[in-house]
Amino acid sequence: MAIGVVPRVARTLALVLAGLFVAVLAGAAFAPLAQASGSTESIRGTLEERTADDERIPVPGVRIAIEGEGFEGEGVTDENGDWLVELPGPGSYTAALDESTLPDEVVLRDAEDNPWSGEVRTGRSQVVRFNLGEGVARSASTLDRILERGSVGLRFGLLLALAAVGLSLIFGTTGLTNFAHAEQVTLGGLLGYTFAAGMGVPLVLAAVMVLIAGALFGWTQDAALWKPLRRRGTGIIPMMIVTIGLSLFARSVVQAFYGSSPRSFPHRSPVVDLGPTRLTVYDYVTMGVAAALLVAVAYVLLRTRWGKATRAVSDNPALAAASGINVDAVVRGVWTVGAALAALGGMFLGLSQQVSAQMGVNMLLLMFAAVVLGGLGTAFGAMAGALIVGVFIEVSTIVIPTEIKNVGALAILILILLVRPQGMLGRRERVG
Amino acid sequence: MDWNSLVANSFHAAFGVNAIAYAIAAIGLNIHFGYTGLLNFGQAGFLAVGAYGTAISIVHFDVPYFLAALIGMSMAVLLALLLGLPTLRLRADYLAVATIAAAEIVRLVIGSTVYARWTGGSSGFSGAFSNAFYNANPLPNETLHFGPVSVTPNRAWFMIVGWSLVAVIALLVWLLVRSPWGRILKGIREDEDAVRSLGKNVFARKMQALIIGGVIGSIAGIALVTGERAVLPNVFGTQLTFFFWTLLLLGGVARVLGPVLGAVILWLVFAVTESILRSGASAGWVPEALVSQSQIGLIRVMLVGLGLMLLMIFRPQGIVGDRRELAFDVR
Amino acid sequence: MSADAAPGPAPSTARRLHDVPTVPGAPKPDPILVADKVSRRFGGLTAVDVDHIEIQRGVITALIGPNGAGKTTLFNLLTGFDRADTGSWTFEGTPLAGKPAYRVAHAGMVRTFQLTKALSRLPVIENMRLGATGQRGESLWRAMLPFTWRAQEAAITERADELLHRFKLHALRDDFAGSLSGGQRKLLEMARALMSEPTMVMLDEPMAGVNPALTQSLLGHVKDLREQGMTVLFVEHDMDMVHDIADWVIVMAQGSVVAEGPPDVVMADPVVIDAYLGVHHDAPATEAEERQQLAEVESRLEKEFSSPDDDSEAAEPALGARDEH
Repeated sequence: MAIGVVPRVARTLALVLAGLFVAVLAGAAFAPLAQASGSTESIRGTLEERTADDERIPVPGVRIAIEGEGFEGEGVTDENGDWLVELPGPGSYTAALDESTLPDEVVLRDAEDNPWSGEVRTGRSQVVRFNLGEGVARSASTLDRILERGSVGLRFGLLLALAAVGLSLIFGTTGLTNFAHAEQVTLGGLLGYTFAAGMGVPLVLAAVMVLIAGALFGWTQDAALWKPLRRRGTGIIPMMIVTIGLSLFARSVVQAFYGSSPRSFPHRSPVVDLGPTRLTVYDYVTMGVAAALLVAVAYVLLRTRWGKATRAVSDNPALAAASGINVDAVVRGVWTVGAALAALGGMFLGLSQQVSAQMGVNMLLLMFAAVVLGGLGTAFGAMAGALIVGVFIEVSTIVIPTEIKNVGALAILILILLVRPQGMLGRRERVG
Repeated sequence: MDWNSLVANSFHAAFGVNAIAYAIAAIGLNIHFGYTGLLNFGQAGFLAVGAYGTAISIVHFDVPYFLAALIGMSMAVLLALLLGLPTLRLRADYLAVATIAAAEIVRLVIGSTVYARWTGGSSGFSGAFSNAFYNANPLPNETLHFGPVSVTPNRAWFMIVGWSLVAVIALLVWLLVRSPWGRILKGIREDEDAVRSLGKNVFARKMQALIIGGVIGSIAGIALVTGERAVLPNVFGTQLTFFFWTLLLLGGVARVLGPVLGAVILWLVFAVTESILRSGASAGWVPEALVSQSQIGLIRVMLVGLGLMLLMIFRPQGIVGDRRELAFDVR
Repeated sequence: MSADAAPGPAPSTARRLHDVPTVPGAPKPDPILVADKVSRRFGGLTAVDVDHIEIQRGVITALIGPNGAGKTTLFNLLTGFDRADTGSWTFEGTPLAGKPAYRVAHAGMVRTFQLTKALSRLPVIENMRLGATGQRGESLWRAMLPFTWRAQEAAITERADELLHRFKLHALRDDFAGSLSGGQRKLLEMARALMSEPTMVMLDEPMAGVNPALTQSLLGHVKDLREQGMTVLFVEHDMDMVHDIADWVIVMAQGSVVAEGPPDVVMADPVVIDAYLGVHHDAPATEAEERQQLAEVESRLEKEFSSPDDDSEAAEPALGARDEH
């Protein structure tokens, strides 16, 4: 390997890391530092009602009684649903939720959860979870539930597609499986939260800012890290491992500043009553924007010069380069657009669910599932795959517990690899 | 700085439960990636099935510890077969995505409340399942002291068994990779079509490698939960797999002792950073918030992420690796 | 075409080809490989559609044809590296269709690749040892007991060393294969294939990327294989070489066999000249041609997006240049 390039890569790597720190610090200015947990033992938890469309609503004012090691105490959930009881020391304790203090429309999902009993170890803050769900009063017919879940799935699928298109395009043009793509989604979510909730920027403007920040991030990343590595002739597998390192590093830096607890946008919009569906105005707006952007991407790929060049590079980089296409420029563009769309997808997802340092990585495998289902490297495949994965996950919750709904999607991912590894729209590669 | 506690902490980090379990897990990963070129990003899943297979057998069926460990290991064989049959015929990066997905499926299922009756859900199992192991401790019941380092009898017992296990496994791997069987694996790593054209059943060998590495991973899982005396689902996240990758790259890929060296170095680095941060905090130049339990965990992940990037870019052959081997672009 | 450079008619088997009619699919007096109705389609395009083909035992047969004629695909099908849509073939009387590649190699039919597959991070000698078949130590259980395979390993090493001497690679014995030059890798690949003691050797463009200094030595080795009683089938573009060493030539175009016969006869055949001049557009000479090729790629891309089932190989004629250079 050429010695001369090492300092350049080192410099650019330092640049990326510095840039990352600056971006995160900017966000951290508006977000309090993570709460340091005390050194004594405690039992804590967060009570949230999980609605049918997977919204989490904190449940305040619920009493939890703690008993054990000769100690008796009580915790009451605050407006965020959080509760905490400090303990005199380690040992075995029980925590009992007083069901009479629950609101009428909220029930315990699993009666076996209550009371909880277990060990609290030295210096640990034991988290106890009580799963709460909607009361029976809200249950509906199967068709209604399918429609209702389907609408939620469609929304998730569209946002997943927005986030995953970049992953697919980058794979197509460079062959790189980018594990750090998840962090671009997280970045969008957290920056969106910081802009809109922390700085009070109007949502539309915040979305534009997130789009720009995402694009800048993608551009810088390629300029400072990936292009130099490509120039050095770093193999695809080592590069993939670099993306894993970047993902771990970026996520822990972000988490160090934002903390590990998820946050919700304070913005609320009314529910639109359309048959059995219960999507909000924001949901419809984000779905519309996502769909419009996806159509725009498709148009660009099919009709513009740059789009054709992108597809030519995906097909055969060497031939494309020989034909006078500037492969580096195409790849730069793909990184920029892909990261921007992922960031916006992150913000939109944050609006309907929550934002956290883990939000991206939690859906990384679903993005992979979407991309593989559609065919690695084909943008249209990723879109179709994401819609299918989104709807499948949500509709499947009618049959399987919400808690493990992603298992189904991941199992499908493995199944697809078995039956049709090139995906729905992909092409098989030449052997020998 | 408190030198005594630094020495004591370093000793326990470099030779304790984590270093042992991580070394074993990475030896398994080394068979997958280092020798066969299989991109297994789901090693944590093999640890999880090993640990849970063992713990469930003991807690729910009263199986003796040793037999339970065998059951845990056979779970790993099962997982390897399930995973390998569909994916081993595919390209390397497909295997990567499939293994990471499989490991996540395992973690989500064992941690869910749905099967909590069997797995203990998110709180897993407490230490009672490992009593049989510690009851077999032949050492005198008194804490040992070597200078500033003190070791409880149970810890000492675990360390003796653990490092013996590391030695036996490393010896086995050493025998295997020097044999014609190992030669086929290395051939597959370089170019499986070439090996196929020479009349070798590539699929069968890859499957054997996946199973052996996976079983070694499950042994690591059993060691980890026995040493920690607790089985928790969230220990087995994807992050754990990437810790193994980092230490494997650190110690040297395709070296028999690379993973062992990598595990010891990784945990030494963790212990030393933690000590420096803690003494910095008590001296006042590091914010107290930075040395809380959760932040220390984060700093570890940060170090691993950074280490993984830097190693892959600047020293992909690892610390003891042979630079010549990487002079040629293989893929 | 230097007829005087051609080798004297090799052993009796080659002479027996004199009576074989020069028509596609001609029956041979002593065929080692017989294939019928072999076809392979990629998407809507037929890459290979061979009605009948026979390869004579103990001679050197060349497989020639323009880019995208399906030569490599046929190689892949016959050696189990790709799955045929239809067809059956026997090797020494044993049906091999649908058998995996390693079984084909076990049967005695060993191939090399167009892009050399040296195992870079293994020493040359390990590359060679890997070629030997029937190794006891390749079983997982015996691998752990070195005394069960030590003696065999020594014998294999001895044979490998002999071959390395013959191929003049012995000085590089302990070097990593990745450090060898292109020509040396071709030699290594051939020597490694011989370690499995094959009855038939299939060489996919043995001369591609070899510097002229090594060409003669490689040619000599190919002829040697015949002297030792092996059957050779090779794909080649270099007509001089084909003329020089082949006893029989089979010409493919657009997936099927269009002509066969002794080198002199085939090269004078108007069908063959047509096949070459008609479709040949290897290495664009002018900018205009280059632009034309790009347009082809683009239009193909358009098609792909409208018919998702297409395969990359569907475009073999248009993209042949990539694979066969």
